[in-house]
Amino acid sequence: MTSPRSDAWEKVTGRARYAVDAVLPNMAHAAVVRSERAHAYLTGIDRAEAEAAPGVIAVVTAEDLGDLGRRFGHIVPDHAILAVDKVRYYGEPVAVVVAETPHQAADAAELVWVDYDDLPALTDAVTALASDVLIHEQSYVEPGQKFLDVAPAASTDNIAHRNELAWGDAEAALAAAATVVETTTTFPLVYGYAMETYNALADWQPGSLHVVSTAQHPLMVRRELARMFSLPLAAVRVEVPYIGGGYGSKSYTKLEPLAAAASWAAGRPVKVTTDVEAAMYTTRADGALVTVRTGFDADARICARDIDIRFDTGAYADNSPLVLTKSINRSFGPYRIPNLRVRGVAAYTNTSPASSYRGFGAPQAALAGELNMDMAADRLGIDPVELRRRNLLAPGDTIIDGKRPLDADLAADLDAIVFALDQHAFERDAAVQAGGDQHAADQHDAVDVGIRRGRAVAVTASDAGASPISTAQVRMHADGSVTLLVSSTEMGQGSRTALAQIAARELCVSIEAVAVGQSDTRFTPFEWTTGASRTTTVVGLAVQAACADLWDNLRVKAAESAGVPVDDVVVHGGRVHLAAEVSNTVSGLGAGGDVVGEHGTGLGAGAAGALGAGERGTGAADAAPVVKDSGSGLTPAEVIRQWFGADAGEVVGVGVVRRDGATAVLPPFWEIGAVGVEVSVDVATGEVTVEHLVTVGDVGHAVNPDLVKGQDLGAATQGLGIALWEEMVYDGEQLTNPNLVEYRVPRLRDTPRRITSVLAERGDGAGPYGAKGAGEGALNPVPAAVAAAVGRAVGVWPTELPLTPPRVWSLLQQAQQ
Amino acid sequence: MTAPAPTSTVVRCRINGRDVEMLVPVRLTVAELLRDRLGLTGTKVSCEMQVCGVCTVLVDGNPVSSCATLACDLDGTEVLTVEGLARGRNLHPVQEAFMDANALQCGFCTPGFIMMAVALLDAHPDADQAEVREWMDGNLCRCTGYAPIETAVTVAASRMDAQ
Ligand code: FES
Ligand code: FES
Repeated sequence: MTSPRSDAWEKVTGRARYAVDAVLPNMAHAAVVRSERAHAYLTGIDRAEAEAAPGVIAVVTAEDLGDLGRRFGHIVPDHAILAVDKVRYYGEPVAVVVAETPHQAADAAELVWVDYDDLPALTDAVTALASDVLIHEQSYVEPGQKFLDVAPAASTDNIAHRNELAWGDAEAALAAAATVVETTTTFPLVYGYAMETYNALADWQPGSLHVVSTAQHPLMVRRELARMFSLPLAAVRVEVPYIGGGYGSKSYTKLEPLAAAASWAAGRPVKVTTDVEAAMYTTRADGALVTVRTGFDADARICARDIDIRFDTGAYADNSPLVLTKSINRSFGPYRIPNLRVRGVAAYTNTSPASSYRGFGAPQAALAGELNMDMAADRLGIDPVELRRRNLLAPGDTIIDGKRPLDADLAADLDAIVFALDQHAFERDAAVQAGGDQHAADQHDAVDVGIRRGRAVAVTASDAGASPISTAQVRMHADGSVTLLVSSTEMGQGSRTALAQIAARELCVSIEAVAVGQSDTRFTPFEWTTGASRTTTVVGLAVQAACADLWDNLRVKAAESAGVPVDDVVVHGGRVHLAAEVSNTVSGLGAGGDVVGEHGTGLGAGAAGALGAGERGTGAADAAPVVKDSGSGLTPAEVIRQWFGADAGEVVGVGVVRRDGATAVLPPFWEIGAVGVEVSVDVATGEVTVEHLVTVGDVGHAVNPDLVKGQDLGAATQGLGIALWEEMVYDGEQLTNPNLVEYRVPRLRDTPRRITSVLAERGDGAGPYGAKGAGEGALNPVPAAVAAAVGRAVGVWPTELPLTPPRVWSLLQQAQQ
Repeated sequence: MTAPAPTSTVVRCRINGRDVEMLVPVRLTVAELLRDRLGLTGTKVSCEMQVCGVCTVLVDGNPVSSCATLACDLDGTEVLTVEGLARGRNLHPVQEAFMDANALQCGFCTPGFIMMAVALLDAHPDADQAEVREWMDGNLCRCTGYAPIETAVTVAASRMDAQ
């Protein structure tokens, strides 16, 4: 059910605390001196003038960092805190100035003089892969080193990572195919633009490090900081208040080492912030050049796909090796493909480092893959929806051997999209006809003369990179209310609300009785990451497990208080009973332990009605605790008070998720993207208007439908941004549009004229109540769908995004030739 | 030799009903004054070039980008920020509408949108959809896809109209 967001009041009154609002006593401010070359040796840094400037406390360069572990990078430790010996992209941090005020720091940063010895700048992947000039002259990878299933490339020939996936014999099958259709697309360099730009406040003290930052994955950052500063994990505290937008762009370590090193050097807490330009230098998404060749047999069934992916990963690897691996898995689509070969390379280039961004390799690959399906449909003379239907995998089919079978019904999703698109077209035509008089019809035609329309659908399936490592803690207080502790970060997705709903439902309390703490590694329990749309599913399972553990502990306490064996105590209807009391009224209950076991894991799977909340598909969050059906037994609060012998105390439940049980098979779910668009193109200007956007949130179960729809529309809108406007443009060494005037993101008046948001709730997920993840899915197919729709409208298939008016106009010119 | 130009100046203004008199560097922006000097961190900053609207506050009732306005220019003005909107525990109808319409996710853009909507509805209490779209087009939101924000402003308009 939809519960209002628990953070809404704070956020509409301006009271919500974000990392950028954090202050510490005696805090100083940093300004970063950034490279003005894309690729050069550092031959000297003159900081005397800066050091003498008013308010300056310290000017820090790589050589000051002494024996601090100077490099970070959770897959390839290639990233120096401050450039050592050479710079690899325009905007790379070279020095950091710490001063009393931000203005003083910024002024002094202008007085740091850096000398360079220039090297050729390799600013795109094709150039970098062909060059003998090396961006990284050494390998940082220990043999055998791995992060998840990714073993990074040990070579340094401008390759950050290389990977492959294949089965059957794609080459032979393509040679034998009745039709082969080839598509090559360029996916632009894009910037996630979270409105709160990267920032970090660090306080280093002997033996401890406290950081407040915009990190999506505080535990990952903790691990890297602990290593770099030779501290035990427990001594590093990473606190993450509300995050002003993440979308994957704040995954892993960003500014935290810089702030921590500045604090270490200056002996003060130090805050580092970024403006939009510096944020664009900090992380972007991987650009991609992708070629897809698909072979079809005479019945238009796919016999093979051969895919080549080339990422522009920028100067440092960050998470791109994993993004590439995922892109490979997501490139061929949820189709039956007897023969497959996908080859991927992530190239180092002298541009801003790339890493995770919403969709995580899926939009890059799907642009070529799904556009290719449309081009094939055209060539084969088949409706593109029909072509997809003919090749789609069915629920339970294998997508990739050894992974979870497909847990979604894509054909049904497609039906929903087509229905919505048809309905819109029908209503539009009906409206014109209903006008009746000739004048209206004429006007409509007149307006339509300069307009071309096109529509398209696209589908994607992503193996959610949601490593099932998660911990949750529920603390029930003496009045029965609950504090839920998780380390999932709240960046707008509403996880605190959704997880509170799950806890409320499991514990039969109202949602108001559940408080969720902010992520803080000192207090909240371990969480792998907040990304890959994992939270509701994976953390939700941990919350369920924690609630089950809490019930168990309540039973133990009740048994001790009553002086009976614990097996004689059961949980029923949100209360704790002696088994003898309920055995008469409730049939089918086994031993107490079984009942509780069922309670913890079974609610979603339709647990016995006796358990109260189980049968109520909408959850118990909206209702008072289910106590009415029992005239006896104790409430959890009574159990707690009885055991402590006072109106005091608390009982804690801990839940852990690992690769086991519901999450034994990876991925924990396939995240589905299924969208349709109708666009109109103004022939005179090349301007594209999105007339209708249809998203299907194939989420198994929507714990909070409003939140899911919010995720879908937000994600799809970012997809529209990539399709139509967003692109980081390099001209030579330098990014030419490092600001929001020239890097254009979707605005209010760009919103689609009509939006249809469908939720498909088929209970087919492994998460709580059958839930699967949401958050990325609706972005992934959007760039492809828009490209295909524009292609249909203008009569020429686009090959690169974004489809700005000049690009579309030139497609229109090509169409005329 | 002429005296160097003063680098600080005294500014007297009223912020959320509170009288403020401060010596401020001439280059201090209104956003810096609010956030760093007065602890009013509800006003956010993002683009720092008058494109995104997150820093919008009202100066004498007019929406202003606080990132691009100097604090010294506030002398003699009345400033309203998101913190000053509610009457005690009672939210402004625009704030309520944003809650009801689920018009926020990360919430970083929210104060700016709310202040812009307040300015709009003060100027045009019966704003129609086209006016809402025009006024709000200068505020960016990266999370919501805007539709719920548009709804919130429209809902607030009709509620305020009904009052
Ligand atoms: S920060 Fe002032 S308009 Fe963007
Ligand atoms: S709610 Fe996040 S930017 Fe608008």
